[in-house]
Amino acid sequence: MARVVLVGNLGQLTGGIAEFDLPATTVKQLYEQLTELHPALGHHLDEGIAVAIDGQIFQDALFEPIGPDSEVFLLPQIAGGSTPV
Amino acid sequence: MAETTNGHSQSYVGTRTVRPDGHDKVTGRARFGSDFNLAGQLIGRVLRSPHPHARIVSIDTSRAEALPGVKAVITRDDFGDQPSEFIPAGEMMMNYKDVVRNVMAREKALYEGHAVAAVAATSVAIARRALKLIDVTYEVLPHVIDVVEAMRSDAPLLHDDLFTVGVDPKPEKPSNIAKRIEIKQGDVEAGFEKADVVIEREFKTAPVHQGYIEPHAALATFSEDGSTELWTTTQGHYIVRAHCARLLGLDVGKVRVTATEIGGGFGGKTVVYLEPLAIALSRKAKRPVKMVMSREEVFKASGPTSGAVVRVKMGATKDGKFVAGFAELKYQAGAFQGSPVQPGVMCAYAPYDIEHVHVIGYDVVSNRPKVAAYRAPGAPISEYAVESVVDEIAKTLDIDPVDLRMQNAAREGTKAAYGPKFGPIGLEETLNAIKKTEHWNAPLRKWQGRGVASGFWFNIGGETCVSLTVNEDGTVSLMAGTPDIGGLRASLAAVAADELGVPYDKVRPIIGDTASLGFNFLTGGSRSAFSGSMAIVEAAKQIKADLCARACKLWEAKPDQVEFSDGAVRPLGALGEKVKPMSVVDFAKVAGKTGGPIGGVGRINAQGAGPSFGTHLVDLEVDPETGRTTILRYTVAQDAGRALHPAYVEGQFQGGAVQGIGWALNEEYIYGEDGKLQNAGFLDYRMPVASDVPMIDAILVEVANPKHPYGVRGVGETPIVPPLGAIANAMANATGIRFTELPMSPPKVLKALKDKGLNRA
Amino acid sequence: MAKHHVEAKVNGDPVEFLCETEETLLDVLRDTLHLTGSKEGCSSGDCGACSVMLDGRLVCSCLVLGCEVGGRQIETIEGMAKGDALHPLQQGFLEHAALQCGICTPGFLVASKALLEKTPSPTESEVRYWLAGNLCRCTGYDKIVSAVMDTAAAMRPKQ
Repeated sequence: MARVVLVGNLGQLTGGIAEFDLPATTVKQLYEQLTELHPALGHHLDEGIAVAIDGQIFQDALFEPIGPDSEVFLLPQIAGGSTPV
Repeated sequence: MAETTNGHSQSYVGTRTVRPDGHDKVTGRARFGSDFNLAGQLIGRVLRSPHPHARIVSIDTSRAEALPGVKAVITRDDFGDQPSEFIPAGEMMMNYKDVVRNVMAREKALYEGHAVAAVAATSVAIARRALKLIDVTYEVLPHVIDVVEAMRSDAPLLHDDLFTVGVDPKPEKPSNIAKRIEIKQGDVEAGFEKADVVIEREFKTAPVHQGYIEPHAALATFSEDGSTELWTTTQGHYIVRAHCARLLGLDVGKVRVTATEIGGGFGGKTVVYLEPLAIALSRKAKRPVKMVMSREEVFKASGPTSGAVVRVKMGATKDGKFVAGFAELKYQAGAFQGSPVQPGVMCAYAPYDIEHVHVIGYDVVSNRPKVAAYRAPGAPISEYAVESVVDEIAKTLDIDPVDLRMQNAAREGTKAAYGPKFGPIGLEETLNAIKKTEHWNAPLRKWQGRGVASGFWFNIGGETCVSLTVNEDGTVSLMAGTPDIGGLRASLAAVAADELGVPYDKVRPIIGDTASLGFNFLTGGSRSAFSGSMAIVEAAKQIKADLCARACKLWEAKPDQVEFSDGAVRPLGALGEKVKPMSVVDFAKVAGKTGGPIGGVGRINAQGAGPSFGTHLVDLEVDPETGRTTILRYTVAQDAGRALHPAYVEGQFQGGAVQGIGWALNEEYIYGEDGKLQNAGFLDYRMPVASDVPMIDAILVEVANPKHPYGVRGVGETPIVPPLGAIANAMANATGIRFTELPMSPPKVLKALKDKGLNRA
Repeated sequence: MAKHHVEAKVNGDPVEFLCETEETLLDVLRDTLHLTGSKEGCSSGDCGACSVMLDGRLVCSCLVLGCEVGGRQIETIEGMAKGDALHPLQQGFLEHAALQCGICTPGFLVASKALLEKTPSPTESEVRYWLAGNLCRCTGYDKIVSAVMDTAAAMRPKQ
């Protein structure tokens, strides 16, 4: 199970729970599993999120693989050089 | 160190080649935004609100429309409203409800300079006269600019539908606080209990402008079939295309945008101002429309960065270990939400390995222009505050400030305060590099001070599309889609030359328009060399595979009998006795006969951007009689991963450092009580000139980024992050006074010295 | 009000143009004579991007009126190279990477050329103070100053 941590305000959409253990093997699956647990996340995972998998930050990478012992962080997207929202 | 794909030592990457666009730039031939003209063009001008906050009751354009020579007038009525929703716009999140209102005011004018109407006329003089004939009825409202003032519950309200996001329960009343965000790690209160020294300070910074020398410019021509062509000086022509298509209800494919040469951006040219107006005017007038901002308009109506208030509290043990870091950031967003408080929050403690961290940030609207990005948005402000407190800790504990940072430095495997662990990074290397300089040990006299600070920026990758085409004479045409703001074409040409094994001057790079390539995210985030070079490697791979396939057909050989290396397809083993290698030039001559044109397109969403850490060292001298500060000596050490072109990497270090010097010592937006900008020109908005600064020594550190084929890290933004802290620390050493407000301009320094009775040499 | 009829010399060539009273020399160069090498950064003489030589004197063309240059000699960036040969300063800027975005480069080249014609062996301080009227936001001035100093040394007759 990958350990998934929501950074920043994302935790507010899951009723304060910011850490999960999920069996996702891709970023796409991760989003689906999280949204099933907490529908309030809804479209917040569609855009504006960066995913760090074992220390490497990915932006807009739905098919990126997640390992069984991976450490995953969901962060606000860094659109550096342009004002993030 | 990553393997290079051609397996041989590089010959151009890492050398100081002359840039391919250089001759046109030193002869005046290069065409920037306002250098473009079309036959029959009209001149467009914008009418701007004189009030910082006012309801727009009515706009009567009839007298302007009647003036001979005026061919079109537009107002809010010419732009359909946009619903409030954050949607991707060329890969960024934009709320078009805000964008359409910033481009042309609707219900309210929200800052002095806010666009209220625009005209297109046959001459500048007529356009100016026409603006005077537009009658706008304003209901002037009380205004608020300062961030703390704007957060008060009784502050004048900019948007009655803005409810603070990120607080629970959701507020019942609207306010000027758009968002509250926070990151947490461990328990700071417990951390402070363990600390032997705790230092808490509050800092204040003023809004500053990116200061690009070239004002915004756009030229648009609209066709009857609903298509439009636009030339604009921008950091992201695909983003401009997305915004214009959305705001004007056009198909993306019908908007063709050419990025002209750009005279500076630094983040300020990543959004639209004139472009939608020029297209709308051209659509109405049925003629091309050219629009250029004046310098005053640039200051008043583009996107200076946030002014802010930052409170920092740090705790350390007496041995110098940081145990707790707290910060509260309040950033101005300008008229609409969206300050860079998020990256400010994430960057604040990023250089350090601290067990307990808690950072809170507020995004606050106020009656000044909407912020646009400015080089590492948000980070210079928060890291200025933290680096100042780190310095005080060093003094209190009597520990060398570089050693203190070294002791607590983030390293590979350190968990960043914003979550993930760092991969290989170069902070330690930059600290060591600074300590080894002659600068570090140079003697200082009275009223001189030395300061050091470190800084960081994440860097990004993003969607990139680059094409490589081998022409029939063996020259290579390279088309990239990220505007070149600092010498990018030199780096990309070097990579293409090395990948294909062709001479550097046989590679001709251009920046293609939006019709010529797939989507490219903008030039920003320190991404263009990182992503562009990655895409070139992809495109070159395709070409090499293609040439090997052609060779196999020509030589009637199997794939394992040939390989591409050093600019040619080479026969392996026994085959080598029958045929000779064929170079790229050889294939070019027979391209048609062997299958058609030779080329490749790299289409990627570049991932794996590695952060760049930097440490700056500065010596300065204060004149106690005038409060004037002279920068005596400046050294930058920063991790570039791998410098594709050392001179242009050094250039980024030096340019960012000098912008930081300006921010620290002189630059600020000065508003009157009336909410109007008092220094909207280069005379009184005082940026550094050549006589203000010394040579900037640049030390290139290279800790390769394992995720990039050449080890590249973006470098453009990090250089502006450490200077504010380094200079504030040097000032503290020179004067004995800790300045917690920027800029540390002569009047402020003199006053502080006088208050302490120190204003004598 | 009738336009002014002006005859002058630009980069050695005779020119003739009409201009309004309020048009600056910069406006005339860019919009009427189509010499867009001189750039407009501020229109108030603070940035130097519009630098030209007027009868051998370095000026901001945004502070000179078009109607003032009758009978006078103007030299712009377009006249700096001679045929195929770049001026040593132009070559020096390229080799030193003394430009990033390039918008300020024409102004700096015109100003630097004026300096070296007046002072062939300037000190670093003299270079910086002479060029203080030219703003650059990209380079931090370091490589510009190096380019001017090194070119000055290369241009001096060898002892």
